[in-house]
Amino acid sequence: MTNTREQMLARLRTNPLGEVPAPELEVRRFAWSLDEAVEKFELMLKAVRAEVYHVGHDWPCLLAEQLTQAGARNLYYGPEGPLSQRLTRGWPETGPQLAALDRPIEETRETLFDQADAGFTSCVAGIAETGSLVLWPTPAEPRLLSLVPPIHCVLIERDQIRSTLHELIVQESWCKGMPTNALLISGPSKSADIEQTLAYGVHGPERLLVLIQ
Amino acid sequence: MTTELRVRAAQALGRDRVRANIRRAMDGLIDKRRAAFPDTEELERLRDQGKAIRDHALAKLPALLEQLEQNCTANGIRVHWAQDADAANGIILDIIRRHGGTAIIKGKSMVSEEIGLNRFLEEKGVEPIETDLGELIIQLAQEHPSHIVAPAVHKDRREIAELFNRHYPDEPYSEDIERLTAMARRVMRERFKATKIGLSGVNFAVAETGTLCLIENEGNGRLSTTAPDVHIAVTGIEKVVARLEHLAPLLTLLTRSATGQPITTYVNMISGPRKPEELDGPHEVHLVLLDNGRSRIHADPELRATLRCIRCAACMNHCPVYVRIGGHGYGTVYPGPIGAILEPQLQGLARQGELAQASTLCGACAAVCPVRIPIPQLLNRLRFEQAQAGRKDAGAGAWMERHLWRLWAWIYASPARYERFMGLVTSLGWLAKISVGPWARTRTAPRIAKRSLHDLAREEGLSND
Ligand code: SF4
Repeated sequence: MTNTREQMLARLRTNPLGEVPAPELEVRRFAWSLDEAVEKFELMLKAVRAEVYHVGHDWPCLLAEQLTQAGARNLYYGPEGPLSQRLTRGWPETGPQLAALDRPIEETRETLFDQADAGFTSCVAGIAETGSLVLWPTPAEPRLLSLVPPIHCVLIERDQIRSTLHELIVQESWCKGMPTNALLISGPSKSADIEQTLAYGVHGPERLLVLIQ
Repeated sequence: MTTELRVRAAQALGRDRVRANIRRAMDGLIDKRRAAFPDTEELERLRDQGKAIRDHALAKLPALLEQLEQNCTANGIRVHWAQDADAANGIILDIIRRHGGTAIIKGKSMVSEEIGLNRFLEEKGVEPIETDLGELIIQLAQEHPSHIVAPAVHKDRREIAELFNRHYPDEPYSEDIERLTAMARRVMRERFKATKIGLSGVNFAVAETGTLCLIENEGNGRLSTTAPDVHIAVTGIEKVVARLEHLAPLLTLLTRSATGQPITTYVNMISGPRKPEELDGPHEVHLVLLDNGRSRIHADPELRATLRCIRCAACMNHCPVYVRIGGHGYGTVYPGPIGAILEPQLQGLARQGELAQASTLCGACAAVCPVRIPIPQLLNRLRFEQAQAGRKDAGAGAWMERHLWRLWAWIYASPARYERFMGLVTSLGWLAKISVGPWARTRTAPRIAKRSLHDLAREEGLSND
């Protein structure tokens, strides 16, 4: 085993062919104003069939309404998540049932796969150029919350939006420490594997609701 | 020299339906790529960066692999080194057996195709479940991918409908693409829920942070790497990049070149197994680093450029040969222009050298390659090597070819000889009908003009200067 490793590395060292300087990359970014960035973000998300809403403080009501219309019976969320208090406090009694996801997947697998109609998460940033939501799942908001339920709902604040991924990685010094899992999500799940024709909701959520506050 | 390639190509050319499917898809992909790069200057700048990043990574490859291993290990990812396909398969099977697995859910991985993982696992009694829609179709049809990004591109909806109907008799028959897709979702859900081991490829491995970056649109890749207890990632050793920041230009180049998307639906960056306080994610993450001939390619100053490839498939989408014979015409895991340079190097010229001939050297591949791999130049290099090797045991055909080229060089080296030769050809034009036999089998034989272009030009008063 170690031997294989040494052999592979030794072979790669047989012919070093000289140094190649590390590329000095100018950070690729756009000098958009916040309004422009938000506009681009929304445009790009809508282009891939995400549903975008501009919301105020009563966003839980709006979300509940949308989910009711979609026929969702429940909304799973992380009770320790950064937005959970605002979500639960503003949630109308008539809305779909709020379901806390706070146990390890080993105990919740069945319900999550078989019962969950919608999942709610926060996000750490948005990327305007590509219309991407950036999620760093945490113990409070586990990874499958944004993946298994057929509808994924996200709240993002306007000033979380950056122009490009490059800008975000550099500004936030991602290289200093990455979480177990970092995700960019740009639209609902889709496939074009049959005749290059887009179909939505393959294995991940078929609807992505983005609330911009 | 084998002529299997020619037989396969001839068969492929005869499959009209497949050819129509591929043509349609490639035209679409070409248009989408073009629309995704409206700003040529930006595109060229990005291609420069892409090339520089990959060149840098390859120049520092051994050090970066060590750094990757160190950081992955620190993050809790277990790193394995595999000399060849057998070793990689063995490592993967060991992990599966240790967990008592009888099935694995797979995200799309060309490297797993390269090592023949599915067949190997089936022989050992482990069921590999392809979950990417295109890969699922291919698995059900018991075929191999015909394209590295869109594996089932040669099939149309009717064939897929029939295939699903045979395999999922409980589902209602449909030729509707949304229904077929929904069917795949239903069928796979249970497998995602119940399967304890997942396997995926890797698009980029970041040395600086020990991060595995995977891109996809369907969510099956995320499910395969998140829902099971164990995640095994398998990748070629060349996929490493030095810095996290390098992902930005590479991702935008990759997705725009491949499908014209500004970004894929999901970019999944994995830097470790589940932490004790986390509620989901695999308890174990394994990374299998595969050599399988890559270190040999790495040692050659010219051929090393092959390893810059980020597997976007733009070269095949734009290739006039690929568009006509499709992936199966090549008979190798990696088809198209990248396959024509990579496979002869991975498997040896003796086995796959003929692939280097499967090109007109038109240069379309190099013109679109996001990391500027000079594919025609490398094809020529491989042809040269093959010709050198062929000298030793050359048959009569090779002898003849060599002398014909000598004669050609001799004639073209002197204007006077050239003039006389062309005069001769023009006056003996009828002879050409005989000599272009094979060319004319499926085409109209060209007729040689009664008077040469030079003649006509002279008459018009145009001169050579
Ligand atoms: S050779 Fe270039 S164009 Fe072809 S798949 Fe690789 S990166 Fe893409």
